[in-house]
Amino acid sequence: MVDFDVIIVGAGPAGSVAASVLAKEGKSVLVIERGAYAGAKNMTGGRLYSHALKKLFPQFEEEAPLERKITHEKISLISAQGNTTLDFTSPALGIAGQDSYSVLRAPFDQWLASQAEAAGAEYIYGIAVESLIIEDGRVCGVCAGDDMIRAHVTILADGVNSLLAASAGLGAKLSPHRMAVGVKEVIELPEQVIEDRFLCEPQEGCAWLFVGDATKGHVGGGFLYTNRGSLSLGIVATLSDLCKSRVPIYQMLEDFKNHPAMRPVLKNGKTVEYSGHLIPEGGYRMVPTLYGNGCMVAGDAAMLCMNLGYQVRGMDLAIASGECSAHAAREALETGRYDKEALSSYEGRLRESFVLRDMQASADFPDFMESTSRLFKGYPEMCQAIFQSLFVVDGKPGRPLGKKLLSPVKELGLMNVLKDARKGVKAL
Amino acid sequence: MTTEAKVNVEEKLACNKYNVDEGHAHIALKEEGADNLFDQLILCCPAALYRRGENGARSFDYAGCLECGTCRVLCGDTLLERWEYPQSSMGVSYRFG
Repeated sequence: MVDFDVIIVGAGPAGSVAASVLAKEGKSVLVIERGAYAGAKNMTGGRLYSHALKKLFPQFEEEAPLERKITHEKISLISAQGNTTLDFTSPALGIAGQDSYSVLRAPFDQWLASQAEAAGAEYIYGIAVESLIIEDGRVCGVCAGDDMIRAHVTILADGVNSLLAASAGLGAKLSPHRMAVGVKEVIELPEQVIEDRFLCEPQEGCAWLFVGDATKGHVGGGFLYTNRGSLSLGIVATLSDLCKSRVPIYQMLEDFKNHPAMRPVLKNGKTVEYSGHLIPEGGYRMVPTLYGNGCMVAGDAAMLCMNLGYQVRGMDLAIASGECSAHAAREALETGRYDKEALSSYEGRLRESFVLRDMQASADFPDFMESTSRLFKGYPEMCQAIFQSLFVVDGKPGRPLGKKLLSPVKELGLMNVLKDARKGVKAL
Repeated sequence: MTTEAKVNVEEKLACNKYNVDEGHAHIALKEEGADNLFDQLILCCPAALYRRGENGARSFDYAGCLECGTCRVLCGDTLLERWEYPQSSMGVSYRFG
């Protein structure tokens, strides 16, 4: 006897999308979330690339609590005092299906959960799943509070610290080399001020990534996303390298806020929330076994996350993995078989989709970033020196332009720069 | 190890909404453990919950925990006696996220 066809642990994007797809197919679904509401325990940088959501919710632009459509991309190499920024805008960023939006997870996850509930999924909030029911090597449901709740299939979408996935033998080993900690402030500013400071139309906004002094030269970077009436500002740092720092992560964030390039952008802003989260940044090589008998793992719990430096993705991978797991569960329910073999189509679907394809294509990138320290300390300073030589006029007779431009490069070693460039291109 | 920290993290944590479980610490430290590992927690915990007093004595307070799991990854097998999620509905509730 089962209580539900499918139990899903965690009401983030992976869980609620899986719930929504299954409920629409008429399956009985229970979602159990430890937070008091969907999103209560979640945070993002963050930007949502919309393509995966659009496929499932074609009207999401009108319905979902989106903050701003990202129409400006900025990437900065930030040194202790200087800042070199690439600022890109193009109509291509705004085309439906390839557009992206800043989001805040408390409102966004609640909306996604409401969609699944409207389709017939049941939700329980404020209950932590303590353990899985495992019988004869098969996951048969969950223990939560005093209850044992049984299901044919259990989907673990319980986030990066998935204690349950580990107990089902599906967990990844979380190595400090593969994990980064993110810390973020939500800083309120009037909408008009945001549009003026970021040169954006109403409802449009900017995504801004920083490499260099935001993390004091350590592996990681800074980020800023414009929300409707606030900024999401933070830094992310790989744990193994952060351990070699002299400055704690929270002080790095404060210093970043006070950097000469950032202070005017944040002026008169009021911090209204301070959050922290782990990010699985190991990429493809860190993805664990994705399914077992009666059980699948989705979203952050499956380490589905990509950081390419200029592109940071997690939520679109979570949404697509939720969808793939739902279809695999649906097939299993149709055949009445719930063993590992029956659920293997989950991985097949992920391999056919962009999820594992994109992750596999950039499998070498996490190692490239971690092993190329000049990205974080060296190149930001080199850029500052190059542009300083172009823009500073002091009345002294100048040197030829070629020499001016090359001397900061030579300081790092021309061969080093070429080697890093070659390695970086290869890793992508 | 020198840590250069001036910012008052408590002020930032005070912006957040918490339902602190006064009766149960979801993270507990062992009595002993290597100093260099504790230093890692000081550097990496975003809520600055791991501290050293002027006399070098270690302190830890779970009340402001952001539930990120950083200490679990760094010291789950060494300094930590346990790392659990807070009990149902307890802990931080992000209003923005």
